[in-house]
Amino acid sequence: MPLRILVCIKQVPDPEQFDRMTLDPATGSINRAGIAPITNPVDRHALEEGLRIREALGGSVTVLTMGPPQARKCLEDALAMGADRGVLLCDTAFAGADTLATSAVLAAGIRSAGDFDLVLCGNESADGATGQVPAQLAEALGWPRVTFARKIEWSRDGMLARVEREIEGGFLRVEVELPAVIAVVKRINRSRLPTIFGILEAAKKEIAEVGCAACECAGLVAEAMGLGGSPTRVAGIFQSHRKRQVEMIGGDAKEAARTLVARLREMDVL
Amino acid sequence: MTQSNPDSLKEILVWAEQRDGRLMSVALEILSKARELAGPLGARVSAVVIGEGCGACPDELVAHGADRVFVVEDARLRLYQADAFTAILCRIVGETRPGLVLLGATSVGADLAPAAAARLATGLTAHCTDVHIEDIDGRAQPVMTVPGWRGNLMVKIVCPEKRPVMATVRTGVMEKSAPDPSRTGEVVALEAGLGEGEFRARTIEKVAEAGEGELEQARVVVSGGFGFYEAGGTALLEELALAAGGVTAGSRPACDAGWVPESRLIGQSGKTASPDLFITVGASGAPHYTTGFAKSKIVVAVDRNPKAPIFDVADFGIAGDLREVLPALVEELRRKT
Repeated sequence: MPLRILVCIKQVPDPEQFDRMTLDPATGSINRAGIAPITNPVDRHALEEGLRIREALGGSVTVLTMGPPQARKCLEDALAMGADRGVLLCDTAFAGADTLATSAVLAAGIRSAGDFDLVLCGNESADGATGQVPAQLAEALGWPRVTFARKIEWSRDGMLARVEREIEGGFLRVEVELPAVIAVVKRINRSRLPTIFGILEAAKKEIAEVGCAACECAGLVAEAMGLGGSPTRVAGIFQSHRKRQVEMIGGDAKEAARTLVARLREMDVL
Repeated sequence: MTQSNPDSLKEILVWAEQRDGRLMSVALEILSKARELAGPLGARVSAVVIGEGCGACPDELVAHGADRVFVVEDARLRLYQADAFTAILCRIVGETRPGLVLLGATSVGADLAPAAAARLATGLTAHCTDVHIEDIDGRAQPVMTVPGWRGNLMVKIVCPEKRPVMATVRTGVMEKSAPDPSRTGEVVALEAGLGEGEFRARTIEKVAEAGEGELEQARVVVSGGFGFYEAGGTALLEELALAAGGVTAGSRPACDAGWVPESRLIGQSGKTASPDLFITVGASGAPHYTTGFAKSKIVVAVDRNPKAPIFDVADFGIAGDLREVLPALVEELRRKT
């Protein structure tokens, strides 16, 4: 059976450049100037999995993001990789959301975008890195969830997913009936790059914009969105401090090794 | 759903994860933190154990600070069942109305906590390095500290209106208190009370894989950065680990290059290790790496560049050519005392 697949993606500042982030001590705001936005790395694997499922079982892949107008770029990249259409959840009412308010808006946006059998997400974003949205999105949709998915197999015409779910010390085999939310980890696949043909095709594909009004039509009250719908607040940001005092051990390699090992044995950590 | 007075913090609830009847170490670590917070507040600490065959868990939880332990035993709950565990935890929260709920951020807790928080319509903070009570906006409330942007900045999070305040904590981040066998507590057995709808996603079996989970248990960890490879590659790293009686691990660049597996990745996007001794070789010290071993008892850094930031987070440092220092260390470690 063809599956109607929706993949959630997020635009994040390039994690390779996080060390360039600084804190303005006067205002307490974060300076991320010059850090390029990219598609959250693991989300590309979620999209790749969606495309592979479509190739195997048929169906469609819709890609959805919530973000500022510039987040359209990551939808365009996803369309160039092969997604069929894009949905941009964009409204000032969505700003300042924690994971709960984000999940509520994502769920409303998904409802307003159509009927879907499967929602795929990356397991966590590189910036917030809470990993909370997939499970909270499943709750907001009222669907079951499987997170930390590293392999998905399909049976019964694609309505039952057999998932290998990573756990410390191995994995769990989980079976889930659709509709469901499945969050994937990077090792699930190798994601493809867009082709020239894909980029040309992408220009013809639709990106729908969904705002506050459409989410309200889908049953979400405005109070549940953005900062106002977020139970958590940032009470302060500070530069992390280092507390260890290093003792450099000199001498040639042999001497240094002897001194170090002796010290570690004295401290009873060897 | 459940709303108690935001300022009242008379009950702290800890989800005590067990697997195969044994408590995860993080469960005792967060329980110790709950006990520490409860003291000055005069709060009661309750723990929840869900599973099958967890008969030994309540005593251990009481000895580590629980005043009350809820035990939900059911043959269907031998393995983690996402829907069922969420329903049970939410039900207990609804009945006991805690002001604060702590969960271990294992791969299971990281699934359970957000779903429960969403169902309870409350705030959840992931991967806290600290939870304390602080006066903010004129009210004493739980304040969570989390590393943001791969540990480059620290962020304080509060949940001013909704209750319970919920937080997850990674293994090895908080300190486990010594058990007190003389402590007494109440053990309350509860029915699972589950319907078919609570098994929409069904866990069928657990498959163990060799090499997984060893990092968390190791007392000595030897971790390589991008720079160690040219100094002798994985063989030398393993030799060093063997000589020190530890296990190998690596930074993100070393992992991406395929020199260490994902299960041994140290840092913000990987594992947190808090061994007695953490030896890092050939890593310059990017914050998203160093945050993964910050809680180690002793940190030794070896790197070619004496100005590398890795030395700012170490107790002992050797700056030198790894091709000379590492073999010398292996030789010295092999020498019996």
